Amino acid sequence: MTNDINEPTALDYAAGGGLLSRRMLLGTIAASGGAMAAGLAVPHRAGAQGVVPEWVTVAGHRARGYGMPAEAEAPVQRAIIEPWQDVAPEFSLSGTPLQRLRGTITPSGLHFEVHHGGRPDVDPDQHRLMIHGLVDRPLQFDLNSLERYPMVTATHFLECAGNSLVNAVMPEPLQAGCDVIHGLLSNSEWSGVPMSVLMDEAGVQPEGKWVVAVGSDGPSLARSIPIEKIMEDGILALYQNGERIRPEQGYPMRLLLPGFEGNMNVKWLTSLWVTDAPAHTKHESGEYTEILADGSSVKFTFAIGVKSLITHPSATMTMSGPGFYEISGLAWSGVGKVARVEVSADGGASWADAELVEPVLPRALTRFRMPWQWDGSPTILMSRAHDDTGALQPARPDWKARYHPSNFLHYNAIQPWNVTAEGEVQNVYL
Amino acid sequence: MYTSKALSIILIAAGSQVALAEGPDLGQPLTSDEIPFYATYVMPDGRGLPEGSGTPAEGAEIFAAQCTECHGITGTEGPVMPPVGPNEIWAKPAGSYWPYATTLFDYIRRAMPLDHPKSLSNDQAYALAAFILERNGVIDADTAMTAETLPMVEMPNRDNFVDVWATQGAKPW
Repeated sequence: MTNDINEPTALDYAAGGGLLSRRMLLGTIAASGGAMAAGLAVPHRAGAQGVVPEWVTVAGHRARGYGMPAEAEAPVQRAIIEPWQDVAPEFSLSGTPLQRLRGTITPSGLHFEVHHGGRPDVDPDQHRLMIHGLVDRPLQFDLNSLERYPMVTATHFLECAGNSLVNAVMPEPLQAGCDVIHGLLSNSEWSGVPMSVLMDEAGVQPEGKWVVAVGSDGPSLARSIPIEKIMEDGILALYQNGERIRPEQGYPMRLLLPGFEGNMNVKWLTSLWVTDAPAHTKHESGEYTEILADGSSVKFTFAIGVKSLITHPSATMTMSGPGFYEISGLAWSGVGKVARVEVSADGGASWADAELVEPVLPRALTRFRMPWQWDGSPTILMSRAHDDTGALQPARPDWKARYHPSNFLHYNAIQPWNVTAEGEVQNVYL
Repeated sequence: MYTSKALSIILIAAGSQVALAEGPDLGQPLTSDEIPFYATYVMPDGRGLPEGSGTPAEGAEIFAAQCTECHGITGTEGPVMPPVGPNEIWAKPAGSYWPYATTLFDYIRRAMPLDHPKSLSNDQAYALAAFILERNGVIDADTAMTAETLPMVEMPNRDNFVDVWATQGAKPW
């Protein structure tokens, strides 16, 4: 990395700590040939006239049926989190390595997992979806039949209600990457049958107000879902990023409820039971309810609140010296579009608007970016998102004040990253 | 389907831009004997509870044999979400925090133990629900749990919940 940067006086600052005007996004990068923009070391080109890599001297590999990431990318893995691996290994989670990804779509093999009873081996030929209860015509569908139905395609994030739980409850900030801290968050293009088409075929009766969705996993995970949500934008998802849904995501079919907490998007979906009331299943009785500061609780807290985090740079990364960087991160809301993301490079003393990378889609991850001239002094980076309902991401003390100290669900507070003079990026609370 | 077509006509007549996509109607009839128990859920008022009975003492034996590895000797130690409270691990113990006792029976029957889900009989599930409730001080030691008694259990935390969907819909709390 060269420190031979443009004079700071030539730069157009948008806020304190070195945040640059968004006009600098294109200008500075072009002027510096792109190499400095990435903050990466420039390969030495001493032998430019004569160096011949081995791979240009041999025959390449033949075509293959299913492509895999480059071998050098093998370390890009989900972070496996098994809180009770000795006694209950089926209760198994993995976090998406957000700090190693760009764009907004999560590769299917890196989509986060939260399994309350492990990943089942579902035989697609035997699997069926039942719709029953308060319907005129109880029905069952096999996978082949569902293939003939009209399909919609939509890009949506999924976030576990327990995402970022370490920041919610740990007294001291955990020094870990975004995969561990915030990795129960992913974003995919989902294709499948609108739930309303299937429910209409069964004929929901007027007294049918809720739908208990059940998965075909060992514990038969069950959640009660308001009929309004099912009919409004529920999808029986069969495809994820163009291919059949991965086993980890519910093969051969899952329920997709855009913007609602991950647990409700029931995987390996096998039953939709229409009822007149919520069943108060295990997951909506204790596991996904939140205790408030006064000791009372809230239940049926379905939608994910507005949230953002900076992924580049983020904890466990090391800066490669002062100079130009592009701050980049993700923002999302379970109730609409991201309207605005502000970034601070001076611990919240001043803020500037980041660029939202198109397309900005409702209930989907939005990438934001912000040019930054780091002068090498210690500082704190933060982002805060607004959605189009006017909601603003809270600071951690404000979020904590609303809940019982034990609550780790629906944590959407601002994530500050401390950058040391040595260039280490650390998780901190503000 | 008749209902959908009728609704479509209404929507079109009302000038709505909503277009109901029609499917190919390939769903096959589903009869009640084809529906496994886990495709429904026992409701808080007791609908769906099967015949059977179990006492706290009977539940204690099953708990000791099959449950302590995850939930602890007395149901308070854990490590996994101990159902007896108060405890130092889990602020939402099933036997005192959950609003309805019916959920205990249903979840135990469909999911417990995690490595052998659906292996317990109805009597065993009633007995374990009775044991957990008794350990939490919610029922007496001599009360058997049945389809009649379980829905009558008044859970102590029931009226301590705000129903966010009912009060503000999808707006996050």
